[in-house]
Amino acid sequence: MASVDYERHDYDVLVIGAGGAGMRAAIESLEQGCRTALVCKSLFGKAHTVMAEGGMAAALGNVWPEDNWQVHFRDTMRGGKMLNNWRMAQLHAQEAPDRVLELEAWGALFDRTPDGRILQRDFGGHRYARLAHVGDRTGLELIRTTQQRAVGLGIDVYMELKIVRLLKNDSGEVIGAVGFYRDKGNFVVFSAKSIVLATGGVGKSWKFTSNSWESTGDGHALALWAGADAIEMECVQFHPTGMIWPTSARGLLVTEGVRGDGGVLKNSEGERFMFNYISPYFKDETAETIEEGDKWYEDKVNYRRPPELLPRDEVARAINSEVKAGRGSPHGGVFLDIASRRSPEYIKRRLPSMYHQFKQLADVDITAVPMEIGPTCHYIMGGIRVDADTEETAVAGLFAAGEVAGGMHGANRLGGNSLSDLLVFGRRAGLAAAERAKASSVETTLSEAQIKEVIDHATSFFANEGGENPYDLHHELQETMQNLVGIIRTESELIEAKEKLAELGERAKKVTATGGREFNPGWHLALDLESMLAVANCTTLSAIERKESRGGHTRDDYPKADPELEKVNMVSRYREGNYSVTPEPKPEMPPELMALIELSEGEGKSAPAKEESK
Amino acid sequence: MSAVSTGELLMKLWRGDASGGDFVEYRLPAQEGEVVLDVVHRIQATEAPDLAVRWNCKAGKCGSCSAEINGQPRLMCMTRMSTLPIDEPITISPMRTFPVIRDLVTDVSYNYEVAKLIPSFTPGPRPAEGYRMFQVDVERGQEFRKCIECFLCQNVCHVIRDHEENKAHYAGPRFLARLAELEMHPLDTLDRRAYIAERMGLGYCNITKCCTEVCPEGIHITDNAIIPLKERVVDQRYDPVAWLGRKIRGRPRPMTPADVEPYTGAAAKAARAGQAEAS
Ligand SMILES: Cc1cc2nc3c(=O)[nH]c(=O)nc-3n(C[C@H](O)[C@H](O)[C@H](O)COP(=O)(O)OP(=O)(O)OC[C@H]3O[C@@H](n4cnc5c(N)ncnc54)[C@H](O)[C@@H]3O)c2cc1C
Ligand code: SF4
Ligand code: SF4
Ligand code: FES
Repeated sequence: MASVDYERHDYDVLVIGAGGAGMRAAIESLEQGCRTALVCKSLFGKAHTVMAEGGMAAALGNVWPEDNWQVHFRDTMRGGKMLNNWRMAQLHAQEAPDRVLELEAWGALFDRTPDGRILQRDFGGHRYARLAHVGDRTGLELIRTTQQRAVGLGIDVYMELKIVRLLKNDSGEVIGAVGFYRDKGNFVVFSAKSIVLATGGVGKSWKFTSNSWESTGDGHALALWAGADAIEMECVQFHPTGMIWPTSARGLLVTEGVRGDGGVLKNSEGERFMFNYISPYFKDETAETIEEGDKWYEDKVNYRRPPELLPRDEVARAINSEVKAGRGSPHGGVFLDIASRRSPEYIKRRLPSMYHQFKQLADVDITAVPMEIGPTCHYIMGGIRVDADTEETAVAGLFAAGEVAGGMHGANRLGGNSLSDLLVFGRRAGLAAAERAKASSVETTLSEAQIKEVIDHATSFFANEGGENPYDLHHELQETMQNLVGIIRTESELIEAKEKLAELGERAKKVTATGGREFNPGWHLALDLESMLAVANCTTLSAIERKESRGGHTRDDYPKADPELEKVNMVSRYREGNYSVTPEPKPEMPPELMALIELSEGEGKSAPAKEESK
Repeated sequence: MSAVSTGELLMKLWRGDASGGDFVEYRLPAQEGEVVLDVVHRIQATEAPDLAVRWNCKAGKCGSCSAEINGQPRLMCMTRMSTLPIDEPITISPMRTFPVIRDLVTDVSYNYEVAKLIPSFTPGPRPAEGYRMFQVDVERGQEFRKCIECFLCQNVCHVIRDHEENKAHYAGPRFLARLAELEMHPLDTLDRRAYIAERMGLGYCNITKCCTEVCPEGIHITDNAIIPLKERVVDQRYDPVAWLGRKIRGRPRPMTPADVEPYTGAAAKAARAGQAEAS
């Protein structure tokens, strides 16, 4: 090989990923006075976060003065089936309101209450209307606001640049990263005292997903390969309402806001079937009859919420059962009906992008007829294990925030808790990374041999003559995960998946990239496949290991939750070329927080009696 | 419903790079319910693995997949095949206003450079009980904040489409809308009028409305952003609703060079130059 040729940059803090988490981390690091670089795989401002619709959860108490961080904390823990890292759930609930108000001070224009404050909307699993929002394009508002803020502060952005490996020094600290510009195909090497991973999710390993092409789990893989731990990789959220028709739009998200604003789920017999699926866990706070559920929209004090607004795992499983029982819609889902319940004007005002999405992609007018929907792979609760306060991983100098980090959401994430998570922990990661960079005298001289090895590996796909097409392999991986490691899992299928993944892993090394290095999606996919396989392996192994059903992880052969496993993290690691999973005890919640959860559970029986309904 | 006849599609995709290129034909069976981006992806997954195309959300939310479809500037992910005359060849070419990188991908960095020159949102001090804004006051700004930065409006604006030289002193419709949004923000206190006229090139726009016509978000760029900006800048007239916040908060602060400091300031430039050392 000719001598390696690459561009070189040196920074205090390198932030990988420009979604909400990466943006917030970079802003914090800049404000701390650190030289900061922000890199992303797409154009700046296009990250997956722009797709978020419904809103961001924060106990501002603007609509319900009785809301506070304690209730938000309790809802988050219960939604996560108690598998959450309690400290993260606490920090999140406490700091989310400040992060939302900060966005407002940076120019975000949230929808308003009649008295001029930030309006909040109802979402599944949240006891009070808690989601600050802008119509159904809240993620775009978050991205633009932080993007414009970061630009105003003079951030250095490297866009359309994919990081392929992290580099460490002899003492095991992360000190740099190697990547390449997707447009020109030339390599770039960064040295930095701290690196923040904010690379988002993993949906592209499944066939039907609401995620963009970027969600290939790169950050999960980069961290694992560098020696960090991942937890709860089996906990994948299938959002109950994805589009299922036309086929090309399959998987696209239909926001939970549709249900928050009055939409209901019906089977082919026209029955509101969710009333048949209220688990004992949520019985006390869910309406028993249609009449009661409908009255809740008007009077949230004296009535309980309809079961359509149960946490996502519950709703997704119910839909799955209805379809299996033969009561599905023509294209294999169920109906989501808001047309018969709200006026066309209301629907268009509250859900403009849903209206357009269906009109333009399916030629369906959601103000006139019901939508056909079914579960779609949406979010991974699991991720890189971090220290709750600083977001530092097991590898010194490496931080992780946003969807790539694990712990915050336990076994199931509540809607709206991700956008606030991005801001709360993005900021904390940026702060801790900056502090480390300032205090650290770490030696960041990079090893040329290491760099050359990474570049040689990345370009090796061009030399693989006569190998498979990476698109075919990706397709097979997606089929495998969809069919064998989907919503409902069972031991024999998981073992089958594990074997299939071993085979795909071997084949992935030999795929061929044709053409040149300039903007070559086939080559990019060959590299993305490595990350997708890392995620697929960890998810499958953890799913085998967690012999219970909890939140986003449902085992047909172990249909109940096992109280012992509530105390356990499933820890994924990568050592000497192999992925492995070991159960380890999880941090224990202090009694005063435990009391919060138990106390308010009893309280849930009688709804708060003061305040007129809003 | 959108049943595409089960015939064969003839797609003519522009392929090439900065040094030149041409349309390449691909034939493939039509499939029900597809958008243009699906067809492009099918070609990529089978015949042309290195076919360069940008996309992200496939839901009209990220503004990555802009191209010219049969000469019309559109989002590929939001253009259903059933809305095109598919018994004829369908051509897809990259946006013309920006230099080609490869195939359907163009170099849109001009837009990111303009974004750096926009003086930031500058709110007044936060009252103890928090900022208050009313729905009627935020709605005008919200319209412009729907922008997904697809740059289709920039692509069709004749000021830069046929005049590369104008890029140096013209912000383009997307960023004029952004400036209007800042000027209408109820909490903002900065007066950018002179800057908009002089540095952002507002005067170049002669209100042809081509930008508004192509905006996939249906933003009324000309009527709601540019015309009010022109009125305000040129005649210094006050639009009662748009500038409401300003009136509440008193006189706006005139802009100073410090407001674009992070990018234009000498210190910032020096810091950046020092970071990029070739190896
Ligand atoms: C359709 C949809 C709707 C949603 N709605 C909501 C909602 O209403 N409320 C809510 O709270 N949550 C919602 N979510 C979830 C939430 O949007 C995501 O979890 C969140 O946006 C993830 O943000 P992030 O910053 O972690 O990563 P992302 O926004 O995914 O950004 C990842 C960034 O990392 C970059 N990157 C990745 N790999 C590399 C690499 N190798 N090298 C360089 N850069 C890399 C990418 O380019 C990108 O910039 C929704 C999700 C979807 C799909
Ligand atoms: S109205 Fe103005 S900005 Fe819009 S296309 Fe015409 S000249 Fe360009
Ligand atoms: S204003 Fe409209 S056309 Fe222009 S970039 Fe924004 S969304 Fe695209
Ligand atoms: S892919 Fe996002 S707008 Fe088309």
